[in-house]
Amino acid sequence: MEHLISLAFRSIFVDNMIFAFFLGMCSFLAVSKNVKTSLGLGAAVTFVLLVTTPVNYLLLTKLLGPDCLVEGIDLSYLSFILFIAVIAGIVQIVEMAVEKFSPALYGALGIFLPLIAVNCAIMGASLFMQQRIELDPSSTQYIGSALDALVYGLFSGIGWTLAIVAMGAIREKMEYSDVPKPLQGLGITFITVGLMAMAMMCFSGLNI
Amino acid sequence: MNLFSKQNREVLCNPLNLDNPILVQVLGICSALAVTSQLKPAIVMGLAVTIITAFANVIISIIRNTIPNRIRIIVQLVVVAALVTIVSQVLKAVAYDVSVQLSVYVGLIITNCILMGRLEAFAMTNKPWPSFLDGIGNGLGYALILVIVGAVRELLGRGSLLGFKIIPQSFYDAGYLDNGMMSMPAMALIIVGCVIWVHRAYFYKENKE
Repeated sequence: MEHLISLAFRSIFVDNMIFAFFLGMCSFLAVSKNVKTSLGLGAAVTFVLLVTTPVNYLLLTKLLGPDCLVEGIDLSYLSFILFIAVIAGIVQIVEMAVEKFSPALYGALGIFLPLIAVNCAIMGASLFMQQRIELDPSSTQYIGSALDALVYGLFSGIGWTLAIVAMGAIREKMEYSDVPKPLQGLGITFITVGLMAMAMMCFSGLNI
Repeated sequence: MNLFSKQNREVLCNPLNLDNPILVQVLGICSALAVTSQLKPAIVMGLAVTIITAFANVIISIIRNTIPNRIRIIVQLVVVAALVTIVSQVLKAVAYDVSVQLSVYVGLIITNCILMGRLEAFAMTNKPWPSFLDGIGNGLGYALILVIVGAVRELLGRGSLLGFKIIPQSFYDAGYLDNGMMSMPAMALIIVGCVIWVHRAYFYKENKE
């Protein structure tokens, strides 16, 4: 339990997808123009992370690990293809399910859902998960079960959502500031994210 | 057959400056920021992306007429994922220390928007040879920014380039200190922001309202 709590806190603040690893930057920059759409994309990313990370964990350890499918063969070098196929498939299923069962939510998330398949944050979470399986079990970053993977996925998503919502709010205010012409748009956004990342660095020693 | 006609030259050279994938098209930011704390991983990453973009473009361009439109994204992802797996295994075998430094970002080339963007925008509608040039051009444009950011960060953060000391010892004796901040992730964002600023101010003038 203690491990799960500290994993959750680390995933939000210390190992934040945007500020520490720059994952999902492309859609982050494209969509964070206002708070409402940011929240929509954040919710969609969190949901897909919540589903794909544990599924990928189970497939990786139960299907591709050493001696799983064929005696004496380690298939883990196929992990990239497996991850991307699972992510693309799940995004498709999620899209269909949301459309059928909750048309209102589909209307809100609609355009973002297909985009998520190629969001680096989703793929990145699965790849980090694969790396963390090999860590020492006493480390706070260790992922040793499907539950760990689920917590990691969920809270990484929440961290990502926090970042994009904060960015959306700042950009709404920035509309009214007097920014030098060549710096407008992309340039100032980068510098703002950099300053936010610097602020987030104060969490880097956090241990629970 | 004119392999280097004017049109093909444009396809190759435009992404280096006026149509740069990072500065203008805003593609592939994630990996660009994360691998640039030193020059060497930045160069390796740039080369890997160039090779993968070029060959993915060629493959997709060859089979573009046989791909059903509805499942083209998945076909593209599989082609890219296969190429990335090959590059990642080669990298592990040839340059293990760099592949450890790059860690997950090699795998993340799959979801690098440069690849999907170029496949969708160029390779699906063009012949193999221009697609190859387009891939090389965009890869090099990406590598160029990586090298600039990597060089600035390594020079100011560690006083070295590619591992060789550039700033002489006498500077340190006189009280000069390496700026440790430069090797933090936050500075990558700010440096890219400044590169965009300079680029927009001096080179990229059109399409402005």
